[in-house]
Amino acid sequence: MSNKKKIKNDIILAVIVLVIAAGGILLLNIFRTEGAFAVVKIDGAEAERYPLSVNTEAVIETGDNKEFKNTLVIEDGKAFIRDANCPDKICEGHNKISYKGETIVCLPHKVVIEIVAEDTADDLDVVV
Amino acid sequence: MRKQTRKIALLGVLTSVALVLSYLEAMLPPISTAVPGIKMGLPNIIIIFLLYKFGLKEAIIVSLIRVFIVSLLFGNVMTLAYSVAGAVLSLALMTLFKKLNLFSAIGVSIIGGISHNLGQILVAIFLFDTIQIGYYMIVLAITGTIAGVLIGIISSILVKKLEKLV
Repeated sequence: MSNKKKIKNDIILAVIVLVIAAGGILLLNIFRTEGAFAVVKIDGAEAERYPLSVNTEAVIETGDNKEFKNTLVIEDGKAFIRDANCPDKICEGHNKISYKGETIVCLPHKVVIEIVAEDTADDLDVVV
Repeated sequence: MRKQTRKIALLGVLTSVALVLSYLEAMLPPISTAVPGIKMGLPNIIIIFLLYKFGLKEAIIVSLIRVFIVSLLFGNVMTLAYSVAGAVLSLALMTLFKKLNLFSAIGVSIIGGISHNLGQILVAIFLFDTIQIGYYMIVLAITGTIAGVLIGIISSILVKKLEKLV
């Protein structure tokens, strides 16, 4: 295949990916709904859930000796991580979340904060 | 014999360059606070260069050595799992698309950028048992494409300029 043809294919590839992704973002924004609870998952299993309507501050302790700490803060209906003693601090820098399905992930500590809409919705996926 | 020695030395130098690029990238401030893990993928310049100039075997060796050393220096065992998944998936797909001969190095680099993110997201979904993390992939596909184009252009220039290196 000629070089010109390949570059043309490169452009087609980039445009297709960008259009699909932009469409996805648009759909997510149209269908997004306010969440009601912040669920704390440790290693994939639900550990705790906090209502977004109540201002809270909780320290999530993980690891064999509870040496990994993430401080979850719920303020004005939004959840975020104030402190984490992990090496990358990515979760600390994450913006505040409040919409259903939004997550904050702390990879090194295997902690996920996920926003859900109802109290019962997530009880269905029991870990067997 | 001399050729072999030269090649080993060259691969060593390229591994070091890839490591320096990883370090450089780790020092940069995060690009977005809404989606973590958005990166330029600077080390991929070296990996694509290797794919085009040497071959798959050399690219795999340098890529894995880089991932292991980076995890040792700046990360931990957890980050190693993500890095390996990203590196392996992106190398596999880049090799496939290079063989298919449909795209230039730029298109191959786009594939690499997107699949690197995809590999990491898949590990996260698997480890956390939370499909919601997959939403990040939509944004990462966009940033991966943009980064892929830039990295692809730089790699193509390198491949051309260093014609006589190998």
